[in-house]
Amino acid sequence: MVEKQFKVIADTGIHARPATLLVQAASKFDSEINLEFKEKKVNLKSIMGVMSLGIGQGADIKIIAEGSDETEAINGLEETLKKEGLAE
Amino acid sequence: MSFLQGIAASSGIAIAKAYRLVEPDLSFEKKTVEDAAAEINRFQAALSTSKQELDAIREKANKELGADKAAIFEAHLLVLSDPELIAPIEDKINTESVNAEVALKETTDMFINMFESMDNEYMQERAADIRDVTKRVLSHLLGVHLANPSMISEEVVVVAEDLTPSDTAQLNRQFVKGFTTDIGGRTSHSAIMARSLEIPAVVGTKKVTQEISNGDLVIVDGLKGEIHINPTPEVVESYKKVAAEYEEQKAEWAKLVNEKTVSSDGVHVELAANIGTPNDLEGVTSNGGEAVGLYRTEFLYMGRDQLPTEDEQFESYKAVLEGMKGKPVVVRTLDIGGDKELPYLELPKEMNPFLGFRAIRLCLEETGIFRTQLRALLRASSYGNLKIMFPMIATLNEFRAAKALLEEEKANLTAEGVTVADKIELGIMVEIPSTAVLADQFAKEVDFFSIGTNDLIQYTMAADRMNERVSYLYQPYNPSILRLVKMVIDAAHKEGKWAGMCGEMAGDETAIPLLLGLGLDEFSMSATSILKARSQILSLSKKEMEELAEKALQMSTTEEVMEAVKAAAKLS
Repeated sequence: MVEKQFKVIADTGIHARPATLLVQAASKFDSEINLEFKEKKVNLKSIMGVMSLGIGQGADIKIIAEGSDETEAINGLEETLKKEGLAE
Repeated sequence: MSFLQGIAASSGIAIAKAYRLVEPDLSFEKKTVEDAAAEINRFQAALSTSKQELDAIREKANKELGADKAAIFEAHLLVLSDPELIAPIEDKINTESVNAEVALKETTDMFINMFESMDNEYMQERAADIRDVTKRVLSHLLGVHLANPSMISEEVVVVAEDLTPSDTAQLNRQFVKGFTTDIGGRTSHSAIMARSLEIPAVVGTKKVTQEISNGDLVIVDGLKGEIHINPTPEVVESYKKVAAEYEEQKAEWAKLVNEKTVSSDGVHVELAANIGTPNDLEGVTSNGGEAVGLYRTEFLYMGRDQLPTEDEQFESYKAVLEGMKGKPVVVRTLDIGGDKELPYLELPKEMNPFLGFRAIRLCLEETGIFRTQLRALLRASSYGNLKIMFPMIATLNEFRAAKALLEEEKANLTAEGVTVADKIELGIMVEIPSTAVLADQFAKEVDFFSIGTNDLIQYTMAADRMNERVSYLYQPYNPSILRLVKMVIDAAHKEGKWAGMCGEMAGDETAIPLLLGLGLDEFSMSATSILKARSQILSLSKKEMEELAEKALQMSTTEEVMEAVKAAAKLS
């Protein structure tokens, strides 16, 4: 299992378009990937789960991946978050 | 055959078979299934057909309306692939031996309830998304036809109660020849959309969905606002003639695309277009617009869950300024409130929204929102010929306060090393009678006026333009309105400034002779009205229209004025 912390910097938070991008990115991997925010944990491949968290700017989030491609998954998601200016 | 009268929303004639865009019957019964695996397969098949459909719709929206508009369908697709939604449905089929319809409905209802119970407008809209995709999957399970306007493959007239932005996003311009709706008026979303797509439309018929069945032959007369259902061959023939004449007329007008708009005695006026998004620019160019006279920025703020960022706004403004290649672009700052709500601002409901906290009143209080927009505009200013105007100005102090904020942001940006255009003309919308009456004082401080007639008329006549029972008071040619318009134009000219108009009236063939005579400098209208207006002005003598306007100002009723214009300007 690997996990990594991020801080959301996008002023729109993880809503709508960013949520879509993130779920699409996560769905490419086989590992089980979860997103944790304020003690709530959801499946990062679930658009409804991600949106139900209502993550805003400045939020501290954690991504946890477990499975055959867990390292690639974390790295891939980190790249998406940074490339789209969503989190750091 | 039968006949319905509605409101002419977009000109032209369409003759085609009806395509009803209405809700199908999606009711079903609860059943026990023997073979759960087969039922899951049936569910998977419906799911995959739905995805293919959505994929096609998204592609089309992406190509024709931009990535923005396609994003909603992208979200719908993700909902259909959501493991947290799909797994429970399959579980339910397995463990409870219920049919797929029941499993789907019960599971999605749970999510819908969850999102709806959140006290947040954005989450509530997500509930609507889930409802939308549920409907699509359900239609495939039940084998009923869900109207898919994007899949239309023959020429049709679309018949609907109303058309939402997502409906219009799916309309195929190649096959949709016209449309007609139960509700709506000339300024409703569906009407504006029809004009920008250049599709004939008749709205506000009240009962067109009751009267028309799929496959009926329908004539949409977007010139007179008439709908003919299953007309006789004679009526069809005569309409074919009208349509041909209209096409000929349009071809004549099209020759004027690159012409200047000059009256028969040699006076130039500017014909500009009203736009809502950068996508509308194509229509401005193809219809020979000499400028953008009104860029309604509120569309940037609508249909989303939060305020647009400074960068997002900057990109849109820049796109419009660059697209117009140095021709003037008048941008109206945020005009929200009244009939245009932004749910995410969570403004309290008002008794009289049109007389309440809206437009510049809101911007001067919520200065954070306003400053973001002003910064985006100032940053874009170096990419073209930007003019900024403030809506709903009632007092000079409001204008001064708005201008002061603009100056502050200009200074901030300059300090940050951002290039801002040296000269940005600053004007106001004249839509409140107090401002029209005091125009001589305003003219000393503003660079231009743009008369917003839709509101000016409603405020002058004290008649809600949404209320059908007082619609007879919407009188653009009433001498009282003409006198106000004259005061504004004269006040501008006295100070060496210009006066334009950006309401419906500016593109109206009865108003144009009067406005030319009153000395209006700029006429801003739907792009599709420009060529017709140009052709009209080319045939009018400014001097004669001055005499006409002079007489009209001394008349006592709107009817007298209309008669006089008809005679003087040779209107049919």
